[in-house]
Amino acid sequence: MAEFPKELKYLATHEWAKLEDGVVVVGISDHAQDALGDVVFVELPEVDATCSAGDEVAVVESVKAASDIYAPVSGTVTEVNSNLEDSPELVNESPYVDGWFFKITPDDPSALDDLLSAADYQAVCEEDH
Amino acid sequence: MGNRTPLFDKHEVLGAKIVDFGGWDMPINYGSQIEEHHAVRADAGVFDVSHMTTVELHGSEVPAFLDRLLANDFSRMTRPGQAMYSAMLREDGGVLDDLIVYDTGEPYLMVMNCATREKDLSWMNQVATDFDCTIRERDDLAILAVQGPNALEKVAATISDVQAKAMSELKLFQGTWTENWFIARTGYTGEKGVEVILPEAEAPAFWDRLLDADVKPIGLGARDTLRLEAGMNLYGSDMDETVTPFESNMANTVFLEGRDFIGADALRKRQSDRQLVGLVIPGKGVLRAHYTVYSNGKEVGEITSGAFSPTLQQGIALARVSETSSSMTVEIRGKHNEVTCVEPPFVRHGKQVYKEKPN
Repeated sequence: MAEFPKELKYLATHEWAKLEDGVVVVGISDHAQDALGDVVFVELPEVDATCSAGDEVAVVESVKAASDIYAPVSGTVTEVNSNLEDSPELVNESPYVDGWFFKITPDDPSALDDLLSAADYQAVCEEDH
Repeated sequence: MGNRTPLFDKHEVLGAKIVDFGGWDMPINYGSQIEEHHAVRADAGVFDVSHMTTVELHGSEVPAFLDRLLANDFSRMTRPGQAMYSAMLREDGGVLDDLIVYDTGEPYLMVMNCATREKDLSWMNQVATDFDCTIRERDDLAILAVQGPNALEKVAATISDVQAKAMSELKLFQGTWTENWFIARTGYTGEKGVEVILPEAEAPAFWDRLLDADVKPIGLGARDTLRLEAGMNLYGSDMDETVTPFESNMANTVFLEGRDFIGADALRKRQSDRQLVGLVIPGKGVLRAHYTVYSNGKEVGEITSGAFSPTLQQGIALARVSETSSSMTVEIRGKHNEVTCVEPPFVRHGKQVYKEKPN
């Protein structure tokens, strides 16, 4: 059974986001990594790139498919998880901790409030079945 | 709910992710597809391939029937039980299916794809009307493929002494009936191993004994990356009715000289510059089916099968192209990525074997 941590916010496209010291950390959900299967390659955004909410900013390639990763909020990319370059399997093994993708300094931190709660996102996943 | 093999409950107990495959509920993986892939390359794995179609060919004119039906030449078989891989063609040379037929004597044994089952059986029955040959489907049999460098030793420990002795006498690409089981040194991975065809009722116990012998269960996901590394075609992806065996890297299975098989005339006449080649991507990135391939900046075809190779740790693919060169690219999400054109296979016995294709 996939995990849906309550302290996170989610997109219907299966990203999670968390505000941490004024910065939004972004990754993909446990449900998403399970559906994708083994992740083999992650294409990360450039540090200092600016993005708008909904932009395709990264790509995750699994044994099954290539999937776009969307920015949950508008802002500037301040850090990427370079561990994923050599260890893409972290996305499968630890989707909510070691497998994070990138961090965005948001233009407006309150934009996070517009994202899905864990319960709402879980409902989206169940509808997919 | 789709068709289920006699091992469906075993897959569920192991927590397999089940997908629809040609109308069958089959395991795509039991957790990690990549770990399953490595298990076959390094040790031994078992695949439930009971969804495949098994038929017996009865009658006095089976060899003549096969000579008419198949592009490969059954009269070249010299050893009892020898396996022949062949394409079955339409009159226009298009590939109806690829299959294996074993020279067991009557009744002869044939194994083909599950997705093409109805089309194949109807075609074969039609061709068989000109011969003393009857096609009888054996849907009461299960098929387990056990593959990997340690596969033969581990299988030997799980079957009867008589069966183990029979298996030990088989050469590569040869099969034999032993105590109501058919054991053949064939496979779809490029590793040592066997395919075992056995009564459905005996399959679950054999499966359990294999797992007890530390043979890992392998899903269809790893089966696909293993066969791709081995440079083996998948029907419906790498070839279909719109292409000939010559356009599908199967020329070594076509024997035209002095033969009159269905499709032979078309193959003699049909000119084509299309060929199925291997591609590898030196950088990061994954090649996938239907990506467009370019040579010297010109569009020359598309990828038919592509994947991240767990053994080579890079993207590999089969592609049908009208031209090859030392300057080839594949478009991935709008960007051109340099690729090297190679002759498959990519991997044999766990090692990189591909060579750059001379131009």
